[in-house]
Amino acid sequence: MLRLVVRRLLQLIPTLLGLSVLLFLWLDRLPGGPASAILGEKATEAEVARINRALGLDQPVYVQYWRFLKRIVELDLGTSTQTGQPVWDEFVLRFPATVELSLLAILIAVAVGVPLGYFAARNRGGWLDVTAVSGSLVGICIPVFFLALILKGIFAVQLGIFPSYGRQDTGINATDVTGFAVLDGILTGEFDASWDAIMHLILPAVALASIPLAVIVRMTRASVLEVQDEDYVRTAEAKGLKRSVVRSRHVLRNAMLPVVTAVGLLTGSLLSGAVLTESVFSFGGIGSFIRTAIDGRDYPVLVGFIMFIAMVYVLINLLVDLAYSLIDPRVRVH
Amino acid sequence: MSLLTVDELTVTFGGRGRKESRAVDGVSFEVDQGQVVGLVGESGCGKSVTSLALMGLLPAKGLTIGGRAEFDGTDLFTMSPSARRDLRGSEMAMIFQDPLSSLNPVVPIGVQVTEILERHRGMKGEAARKEAAHLLDRVGIPDPARRLKEYPHQLSGGMRQRALIAMAVACAPRLLIADEPTTALDVTIQAQILELLKELVDQEGTALLMITHDLGVVAGLCDQVNVLYAGKVVESAGRRELFAHPTHPYAHGLLGSIPRLDAPRGEPLNPIRGSINDRIAWADGCAFAPRCDRYEMGCLTGTPQLGEPRAAGHQVRCVNPVLDDAKAEEVPA
Amino acid sequence: MSVATKTDKIQRLAELTATKETSTGASLWREAFRRLKSSKMAIIGAVIIAVFVVIAVVGPYLTPYAPTAQTWRGEVFPNQGKFVGPRGENWFGLDHLGRDMFSRMLVGARQTLLVGVVSTLIGLVAGFLIGGLSGAAATLGGEAGKRVDSVIMRFIDMMLALPSLLLAVSVAAVMGQSLTTVMIAVGVVQVPVFARLLRGSMLAQGGADYVLAAQSLGVRKRRIVTSQIVPNSLSPVIVQATLSLATAIIEAAALSYLGLGNPDPAIPEWGVMLAQAQRFFDNAPMMAVYPAVGIIITALGFTLLGEAMREALDPKLRG
Repeated sequence: MLRLVVRRLLQLIPTLLGLSVLLFLWLDRLPGGPASAILGEKATEAEVARINRALGLDQPVYVQYWRFLKRIVELDLGTSTQTGQPVWDEFVLRFPATVELSLLAILIAVAVGVPLGYFAARNRGGWLDVTAVSGSLVGICIPVFFLALILKGIFAVQLGIFPSYGRQDTGINATDVTGFAVLDGILTGEFDASWDAIMHLILPAVALASIPLAVIVRMTRASVLEVQDEDYVRTAEAKGLKRSVVRSRHVLRNAMLPVVTAVGLLTGSLLSGAVLTESVFSFGGIGSFIRTAIDGRDYPVLVGFIMFIAMVYVLINLLVDLAYSLIDPRVRVH
Repeated sequence: MSLLTVDELTVTFGGRGRKESRAVDGVSFEVDQGQVVGLVGESGCGKSVTSLALMGLLPAKGLTIGGRAEFDGTDLFTMSPSARRDLRGSEMAMIFQDPLSSLNPVVPIGVQVTEILERHRGMKGEAARKEAAHLLDRVGIPDPARRLKEYPHQLSGGMRQRALIAMAVACAPRLLIADEPTTALDVTIQAQILELLKELVDQEGTALLMITHDLGVVAGLCDQVNVLYAGKVVESAGRRELFAHPTHPYAHGLLGSIPRLDAPRGEPLNPIRGSINDRIAWADGCAFAPRCDRYEMGCLTGTPQLGEPRAAGHQVRCVNPVLDDAKAEEVPA
Repeated sequence: MSVATKTDKIQRLAELTATKETSTGASLWREAFRRLKSSKMAIIGAVIIAVFVVIAVVGPYLTPYAPTAQTWRGEVFPNQGKFVGPRGENWFGLDHLGRDMFSRMLVGARQTLLVGVVSTLIGLVAGFLIGGLSGAAATLGGEAGKRVDSVIMRFIDMMLALPSLLLAVSVAAVMGQSLTTVMIAVGVVQVPVFARLLRGSMLAQGGADYVLAAQSLGVRKRRIVTSQIVPNSLSPVIVQATLSLATAIIEAAALSYLGLGNPDPAIPEWGVMLAQAQRFFDNAPMMAVYPAVGIIITALGFTLLGEAMREALDPKLRG
């Protein structure tokens, strides 16, 4: 187990190195280079030369790359051109919001998707199956930000059930402990703050959950249908086991294997969707921040975010592998 | 009275828009207490479907079962599903062809054995584990305590089949159905598994319905043999009688197609030509007619009936049976 | 037995066997097409796609008004929340600049199709080359080939680790903002998907007995790859291409939403229209709904056809 972790972490290194080369080259290619990114597009040549010298851009490429790499390793991702704060600090500040949102989204997707897919498979061709399958096909085809707009328009603006923007009402004076608004409320006993944070989370989380939900429904359904016809399920039936045992121990347990992998990969891809949903709801997590960084061409933030996401992605993959080795004995041995 | 009586069993798949196909077309046979009965035929003749229908393991959708099957005096097909579930694994058990795919890959062997003890014998915890170890030991798996914790992929092919047999005999069933239990195994392992089955059947007095295409298995194990062709029994006799006087042209051809070591060098092999797809509907005549060297107009006038053209108890479904013993086979010991 | 009865006998037998359905040696593709024709999903998908393509081709010639003419500028006041909905002369109403939405939808269909097709082609061609190279190296290149394959796959994994939107942002940042940028950005995102798919499929085929047979017959390696392995690995790639058309259209819309879409106002595109409309969503939701529904239905058409093809080609489901 430990060897697997170490091996996967080592595999991370070439991926991140390669990525850093790509990012470095990309920064170098930006119109006007980093200087104009810092100075804006109307900089004079003298100013550009001064900045270039200051940034060491008159040095050979490999020296520049080495400095770039060193800074990344030291988690010095530069300074945001919009806020003037270190990029890393900005991420740390906003990360909890996005984690809360993503976790709730994946929770919704799994809690609804797995049972739905399972029962759809069991009643193949029935109304539930037809609804689940066509619903998930349509779900994949709805642009996430449009769904977010619709949800906001109906449930926040028209019906007023949920708040339409932000993480917490400004009227609520919540104590900040961990940065996780829901958790903080529970820790400090300010349950109204937690409740308010949850209400703020629901609409964006539902919008964000739409695509993972659609994928999980179809995946679970396909997997259950396949496992149902396996020889070992027939063996279990031949043993006269109770239906519930056949279903839980022999069908569901095997059917969940591919779904676990899918859930991991979907969690990794949620960050992209978060950029879209968060900005519709002005949620104030990393997603909203990136949205404004795109608008303002805040390149240090974008580069930092790409490195950050790549790390998250690989770490989630590692977690999936570990989880997989826990539930599938065939993987464990090797 | 016989333990299992199958009477005009038919199994039809499809229907409702789809083209119907009749996999079993009126099969009748009996299995007595403690008897070993063979159901022999090439792939597609309906032998596996017959066994699954008897166990109640065919998918319910798009399936029609006709005829009767009585187990110990009760009709299996009119029984309630839960009563049938109680019967499965305890009174009648089954062993399958491919041991690897027939075992759940993510559940330890131990659990797969104890779950049947919990279900039918009400055993729990340590008692169930002990009994499971005893069962593995009984089917010849060394170091059973360790094996209980292992997963199917950690066992060899022969061991897996032994584990499946252990599960099948866990509740001392009165009828054991084995569907090609040795086909997926190495030849040396095949013999061991057959030996094990024989031993278990002899000791416990369990009746065994052996589904196979392998005449060698039949010769070594079965008391009574039913030869199936295109979903119908075409010949039924005791083992010695059948091997000595195969009378239906199909059975005759099957035995004649086995290569023999004592045959003169250079003598051609005698395969049956064509395949099971070259057939006609039983309602029109004998399904084997298109492949048969002996067919005549009489073969094509309705379903041939079972008769006893040679000896009492030796049933043959043929209008032009092989009655000269010129090429009869030697009786196996 | 007389000759006459013998012929009779054979004739009668032939009649009886003839009534049985004989197994035809239909190829995988013909079989798949037959199943596709009987699939409701495939038919609905194909009809949607056909309608969409027809609109995209002839639509721009049927516009009642010029799509960029701000004819009714004086009737729309976005700042006061005053918009014009569907009416006799403007079937879909007006947008925030007083332009005819119906005309813009018709013209936008062509742009949307263009973005979908071109970006999918970019992803397909680049992914095909990379994946094909990797797959060929892995199956028949020996030890050195395996090393080449693993380096390429590392690179592909890296691309997969990049969130698609950010990849698109990066491309847009370097190349400036244009329709071409959108197509390249969306296309680049698809490259690793196609590359992995083709490679995986080729690896599966590479171990097949017929490849071994061809090798043992002395067929040259390059020939085995081009005439045997690649053609047999194509079906998942074709399915993915159909599905990718849907994703490409949706991704393009997302890019537009982030302000990275085509900035040229003379060319209306559904994604851009939707992105522009979202600012006025509270007062004029229909302005967003028309392009959104256009995108959803089109994407659904490609998804339905793609999924139906996947099912039709799945050998496990055949029979």
